This record gives sequence, C-alpha cells and structure tokens, in this order.
Amino acid sequence: MDDVLRIADLSYTWPGQAAPTVVLDALTMAPGERVFLYGPSGSGKSTLLALIAGLIAPQQGQITLLGERIDQLSAAARDRLRANQQGIIFQQFNLLPYLDVRSNVGLPCRFSKARAHRAGDVNQAAERLLQAMDLPAELWDRRADQLSVGQQQRVAAARALIGQPAMVLADEPTSALDSDRQLQFLALLFEQVAASGSALLFVSHDLKLAGQFDRQLDLSALNQAEVTV
Amino acid sequence: MLLRLARRSLLNRRFAVGLTVCTIALSIGLLVMVEQLRSEVRSGFQRSVAGTDLIVGARTAPLQLLLYSVFGIGDATNNISWETYELLSQAPEVDWALPMALGDAYRGFRVMGTSEAFFDRFQYAGRRSLTFQRGQPFEGLFEVVLGTQVARQLGIELGDALVLSHGTGRVSLQRHDDHPFTVSGILAPTGTPVDQQLYISLAAHHAIHIGWESGMLRPGTGLSAEQAREREDQLRPDSITAVLLGLTTRAAVFSLQRRVNEYRAEPLTAIMPTLTLQELWRITNLAESILRAVSALVVLAGLLGLVTVLLTTLSERRREMAILRANGARPWQIASLLVFEAGLMAALGVLAGVGLALLAQAAAAPWLLANWGVFLSVSWPSWAVWQILLAIWGCALLVALVPALMAYRTTLADGMQVRQ
Repeated sequence: MDDVLRIADLSYTWPGQAAPTVVLDALTMAPGERVFLYGPSGSGKSTLLALIAGLIAPQQGQITLLGERIDQLSAAARDRLRANQQGIIFQQFNLLPYLDVRSNVGLPCRFSKARAHRAGDVNQAAERLLQAMDLPAELWDRRADQLSVGQQQRVAAARALIGQPAMVLADEPTSALDSDRQLQFLALLFEQVAASGSALLFVSHDLKLAGQFDRQLDLSALNQAEVTV
Repeated sequence: MLLRLARRSLLNRRFAVGLTVCTIALSIGLLVMVEQLRSEVRSGFQRSVAGTDLIVGARTAPLQLLLYSVFGIGDATNNISWETYELLSQAPEVDWALPMALGDAYRGFRVMGTSEAFFDRFQYAGRRSLTFQRGQPFEGLFEVVLGTQVARQLGIELGDALVLSHGTGRVSLQRHDDHPFTVSGILAPTGTPVDQQLYISLAAHHAIHIGWESGMLRPGTGLSAEQAREREDQLRPDSITAVLLGLTTRAAVFSLQRRVNEYRAEPLTAIMPTLTLQELWRITNLAESILRAVSALVVLAGLLGLVTVLLTTLSERRREMAILRANGARPWQIASLLVFEAGLMAALGVLAGVGLALLAQAAAAPWLLANWGVFLSVSWPSWAVWQILLAIWGCALLVALVPALMAYRTTLADGMQVRQ
C-alpha cells in the first residue's frame, strides 16, 4: 500500500524572510502509522504542519499526500484534500464556542461531502465518537465552552476522526492536560485512530509520551534550516 | 450551512450585534420617516383641496390665499365684497360657489361663516362629499355645525351651547357672549382641515358682528338675539373672506381665473389650489433636501458602524476562522461568512427601521391631525422607498467586502498558527 505522506527535498521560506524555516530531506508515513514528532519550540513544527495540511505551499521539494502531489495543486484543491482526508487537533481552544458539542464534532462534514458520506448519519457518527472518547451524553447538547479543557480536547479528537480521514495531525494536543489525563487521552485517541484506520502525526515536545508510538522522529535533527526564533 | 454558522456566531456576540442592528435601525427609521412624512403630508394637503377648482380672495400672494382660506395658516389682510361674490356665483361656468367668512374662533378652532350649500357641494379628496356623523346642517340662526375633530377634542355633543370668541387666536378676551350657538350637527371625519372648523350661517356671522366694525363691540350698537331672529332674512355680510368655486367643466378654469385676476371693479386673486400647492412644495423642497441629506448621512454612519464592528471583531475572531479553516472551510467561505453576517445584520436593521418609522408615523399622526388638520395614514412604504432600502442593503454587503477581504487574507497568511 502507498504511503499516506511522503516528503522529499522540502524547503519553505516565509514571505519576507531571508532564510528558510523548514529544510527537510525526507519524511514518510505509512497508512495507519502512529508517528511521534519531537518538536521543541523554534524547530519549525508549525510551519511543517501547515505544509502538510496544505495551508501553504513549499517553494521547493515534493509533498505527496495519498498519492497526490500537493505541492503542485492549487490552493483550492489543497483545501479540498485537507477537508476530505485530514483531521486536525490543536493544542487548545479547538472548538467553536457558540456551537453545541455535537455540532462541533460534525463540523468537518459540513465542509466535506466525502467525509459526510463516509460518516453516514453525521449526528450518529458524532455521538458514537463522543461516546468512544468517553464523553457522557448529557454533555452533547451543551455549548462547547462549557466543557473542561480535557473534555474539549476529547471533543476535538472526535471531530478530527469523524468521516475517517486518512491522516490525523495533532499539534501538542495534550500540553494543556495534566499527566494522568494525557495518558488517558492518548489511549482513547489510539483506539479510535486504529478503528478508523487513520495515520497519526503527533507533534509534541513532551518526550515521556514518545514511547507509546510506532516511530519517533526528532524535528530539530530533521530540519536542516537554521532556525532562529 | 453558512447561514446556520453565521446565525450562531451572531447570537454568540448578541450584545455588539444588537447595538449595531439598533444603529442601522435608527438610521433607516429616520430615512424612511422623512420619506413617508414627506409623501404623506403632500397627499394630505392635496386631498384637502382636490375638489375645489378655484379659490378667490382679495388681491394677495397666491400661496397666502391658499394657506389662510383652506389651512387656517395666517390671516386674510382684505376681504372681497358681497357683490363680487354674487357675480362669481352667477358666472355661467360656475357650478357652485361657497362663501367663507372667517374671523372668529371657538377655543382655538376656526369658525367659518358659509352658506348651507357648503354641506351639499363641498368636495374633498377628488369627488367625495361631506356627510353628517350626527345631526343636520344649521337651520335656526344661532346654530353651529362642528367638524369631527372639534367635537371629539372638546367633547361637545349635539345641543350644547357655545359662545364664540372674536378673533382667531387661541385665547381671546372678546367674546360674543350675547349670542350663544346651539350645536345642530357634527360632520363625519374627512382627514382635511374641514374636521378642525366650526360652521355657522353667513347671517349669523353678520349678526354677531353688528356693532363690531371697529374691532370690538361699541356699547349700545349691537343686535340682540331676538332682533336678529326677526331680521334674519335681511342679514347678510357686506364682505366675505374668500370664495371656493367648483366649475361645470375643468376646461373653463384658466379663462375664469384670468377674468377674475383682471377684474377691474375690485382687486382679486384667483388660484388653482392644486397648482398653488406645488408652489408650496417648491419652497419646502430645500428643507426636504436638507432632511434627506441628513438622513442619508446618518445611514452612511450606520453602515460605517457595521463595518467598524466587523473589523474590530476580526482580530478576536481569528481563532474562530483558523478553526473553520482547519476543519475544511475555504478562505472564500470564511469571507462570505462575514458578508453573510453583514447582510443579516443590515437586513434586520432595515426591517427594524421600517418598523420604527411606522411607529413614529402612528405617533405623529394625531399631532399632525390636531395641529394641521392633515390626515396622515400609516401606510406601507412605497416601492420607491423599498428600492432605496434594497440599495442600502446592497451597500452594506459591498462595504462588508472590506473586512471579508481582510479575513480572506489573514486566513491565508495565518496558516496553522492559531493566535489567541
């Protein structure tokens, strides 16, 4: 089976800056693979994630997502691919505060027909994932900002997984949680990533979680750009 | 889909959004009110004179004649002679001639001496005739007919006795105490100054003024009520204030007007009231234009307020936009979300503004009726007004493109970095 993600000879410079922020020879991920990417601050992790998510396009090199050269796609085509195939979890404040929990989980299905189609009944799929992420039913109709931070992160994970995207990008999703909750969150996330067959790229600067993953990478070693932040 | 997100997002910021909608509503309300009042006042004045072909008075400015004869604004400086009135009423092209003798008042309402024909022949709002709500025309000498507003506002009933005041002021120390009048009838509402007047016969008008030639009663010269009743057939005034004319054919109006204006025996002015009204509107045009310009500026301020709110919330909402973007929203969808919100706020503001204007009209209507005798109907804005409102709504969408484009650019530049 083809790799989910393949990066080769990548270089990206932010507009207005003299030196590149990311210079990367190679990075690949197999389907369903769980990769821990160690990225201390200043290692260019946000830029790399934006490149993988197709929010920005590299000046040099190739990024292949599910066999598509996203470095050659138009911005609109990259948007479509992201909407259809990627689930994203941020560090914190993932949810739209004015929507209820269930609608927040269903959000990607509003922007992607493919994910809505795979999810089937969007509300049912959302509820199934919320249940799997250990969120009791009485929370589903609440506004998202009434939940605790830990609960919000689990809602965000459920949202990233709805409609079975090929890849989940997680940008330090556990850094706002205490260590017990971190392990619990990770266990639930792994379970559901496995259930939907998605690959997981998990960026963190917290090495104690690294052992749980199939593979560990150190971005500060991979990235050859001389980052000065 | 966008509609739901826009609605929820707006509800989430309901306070700021509510204030913005209020700003727009107030500005639209002002604009619509100015437009509505303008057209309603015009049609109100128009309906008051729409049945009269010519008004003849002493030589004066046409507008002045119109204002004092029909609308009770200002006073006549001169009268026309009884002979001229008779001559006019006998002219071949004249269908009816209604004399008006002014100069008295009852608690601020004008008293008009006229002939009984007034109740049969006077026409308003095109071809509508007067009808009686209660009672009948004056028959006895000291009987009076009331316009509907006079009866309603002063709480006067049929058979009540009234003592008229000399002079047209609201407060008068000189009263026709020796000649109390009995109410014989109350007219049905017309929505014209007819509602604001009292009507007595010319004979009665003359009778109560005998001995008043110097402006107040000379002791010993007045006519007692009994004397007056005995001599009723001979009582007629030497002069009257104005004559309202209805012609047998409209085509005759210009030639008769010219003949009256060129009449040698007495200096006269004949006006076509509907044309003279146009003269009034030409004068008020400047004030109307200023009002319009002011309300247009206020609407502009409202729209700027809308953009300001969108712009200031833009930085607060960066996270919201990054979340939407990470979940598959395209930049144009986020931009159109903002345009959508602006459209929703502007639409709410416009509708609320129209509601405000209608409320203001409903509130102003009794005042206009009481003070000017102009009937203001609370009417739905005309298609022309709706077109203006639609254009304003379009402008709101256009100006919302500014924050929308800015959002478009920031969502592109922000990438994955979600700022707090």
